[in-house]
Amino acid sequence: MNKKSFGSRIVAAPYMVWAAIFIVVPLLIMAYFAFTDGSGNFTVDNFMQIARFKKAFALSIIYAVIATIITLLLAYPMAYYMTKLKISSQRMVMMLIMLPMWMNFLIRTYSWITILANTGLINKFLGLFGIGPLQLINTPGAVILGMVYDFIPYMILPIYTAMSKIDNSLLEAASDLGSNSWSRIRRVIMPLSLPGVISGITMVFVPSISTFYISQKLGGNKDMLIGDAIEYLFNTGPQYYNVASTLSLILMVMILVCTLIMNRFGDDEEVVV
Amino acid sequence: MTKQNIIELKDIFVSFGEEKVLDGLNLDIKDKEFITLLGPSGCGKTTTLRIIAGFLDADAGEVVFEDKNINGVPSYKRQVNTIFQRYALFPHLNVYENVAFGLRVKKLKEKEIKEIVTEMLHLVNLDGFEKRSISTLSGGQQQRVAIARAIANKPKVLLLDEPLAALDLKLRKDMQKELRRIQRQLGITFVFVTHDQEEALTMSDRVVVMNKGKIQQIGTPQDIYNEPENAFVADFIGESNILDGIMRDDFVAEFSGHVFDCLDKGFDKNENVDVVVRPEDVDIVPADKGMLKGTVTSVDFLGVHYEIIVDIGGFKWMIQTTDECFVGDNVGLFIEPDAIHIMKKSEYSGLYGDYSTYSEEMEHLSDITEDDDE
Repeated sequence: MNKKSFGSRIVAAPYMVWAAIFIVVPLLIMAYFAFTDGSGNFTVDNFMQIARFKKAFALSIIYAVIATIITLLLAYPMAYYMTKLKISSQRMVMMLIMLPMWMNFLIRTYSWITILANTGLINKFLGLFGIGPLQLINTPGAVILGMVYDFIPYMILPIYTAMSKIDNSLLEAASDLGSNSWSRIRRVIMPLSLPGVISGITMVFVPSISTFYISQKLGGNKDMLIGDAIEYLFNTGPQYYNVASTLSLILMVMILVCTLIMNRFGDDEEVVV
Repeated sequence: MTKQNIIELKDIFVSFGEEKVLDGLNLDIKDKEFITLLGPSGCGKTTTLRIIAGFLDADAGEVVFEDKNINGVPSYKRQVNTIFQRYALFPHLNVYENVAFGLRVKKLKEKEIKEIVTEMLHLVNLDGFEKRSISTLSGGQQQRVAIARAIANKPKVLLLDEPLAALDLKLRKDMQKELRRIQRQLGITFVFVTHDQEEALTMSDRVVVMNKGKIQQIGTPQDIYNEPENAFVADFIGESNILDGIMRDDFVAEFSGHVFDCLDKGFDKNENVDVVVRPEDVDIVPADKGMLKGTVTSVDFLGVHYEIIVDIGGFKWMIQTTDECFVGDNVGLFIEPDAIHIMKKSEYSGLYGDYSTYSEEMEHLSDITEDDDE
């Protein structure tokens, strides 16, 4: 069954061309820059320089992990709650969750500034009671909040989808066999929604670890994340393209490894438990 | 039977919106019996089962288990287990863990769990299947896992919701025997739901015939078949010729323009009644020797016997006979007194006519088989 029909090749052709031009070629260019110096000679010097960005890498990972955990803790109960609603209400709630995604993510991030700023909505409100102003913006908390806010739909959706596929008769069977509601969640819903959790984590962790805009606007450039470092280097001038490409390549490999580990974890769970 | 009631359903009413699903249901289930709820799709049999299991609360009425009211007791606290129509096995667990599910919930020791699971898998002939994943099992094997999983908890009552509906005929016959064997071996009460009257008659100690949320008749398979209470039961269980008749006196009934001796009594003089004559209880005799005379309009050879339709004064009788007949023959019917069963008139009188619309009726029956959801 390896041979694909002529028809299916034709149908896939436009995207294959697109993918080649805009995904494969840029990757090759990036790899080329990563392994060359300014004059195009092969070198691994660029990899020596990344030690300077240790802190950015570490911060990116920590922020992304924290944001992913918070997102999961918020999204999982929400997804569970949604599956218990009437079908019409489920659609409504789903709409509300998707609604912010209709707006550009830069604008959504920007609007948090007006909420968190020292003269922003929250501090103005607290000011009425003589409290504050509290330092909300330009803190690590604000960056993580931004990530959670921007990426939470990507966590809710796959978990909700996985949960709503669980046949109600399985829950009745568990109840029949003596499971109370907590035991049903632990023994049936959690394992069966795991594939949704895995893809949710991937879909939140990947954009979180590589984000650059959120940290600049809500973190006040105090702590540079790896995405900011790459952007900064590219914006500074062509002489930094090689290092920036190296950082990008390393980030991509890191994401790839994380994704593979997550997927392996998910596969194992289904078989072993 | 003088056995004790293990479950009593008292005046159960259930409605889904406007639709009355159970309409004042009263049912006593005796300890260790195999009782079958039988009826067409939508008669309320599955709903009755769900009320006993605790998946559904009745709008009114009382569910009594071992003399205690268990209204509102959640299903996980009831000493009953269910075998679901589509088995509802846990896809993320292997055979062993599926059977062990209820035991783990009860927090039994690993050694005990292993003992019980092994014993249960042996009971359902699945030795050596412990590590198999559910998705690699055939329908019959999944069925066995479902049985093992339910009885591993040693329930007092096992509820079975059309458990054999998804199996092919041969497998179904085997599982019928198997379930009967398991029920006898374990000595637990089985409440079995089916729309298949043959299945109900073969397996049960008692059959409960239901329609439109009401019990039509409760009795042994023999009672139900030989002494149906009304036209619905007579029609639903097996084949029947149901005729309008008049009780002239005790042991004397008139129908089809002829006066017959029968064994029924206790009706008013000249009371209008429904008369049931089973197709296999009619003898075909030469026209001049018959109590009734008619013309054969159709003959089907079914192997053990012929199924023939005889037109008698416009009413089409179905008769099963080993004598060969041909379409167009004039024949006589001879009916012994014990072949005649008299029923009181009911809301079902006149709904089930003769066999002139035989083929349509067959279609109706196949509808029921396809549409087994309620």
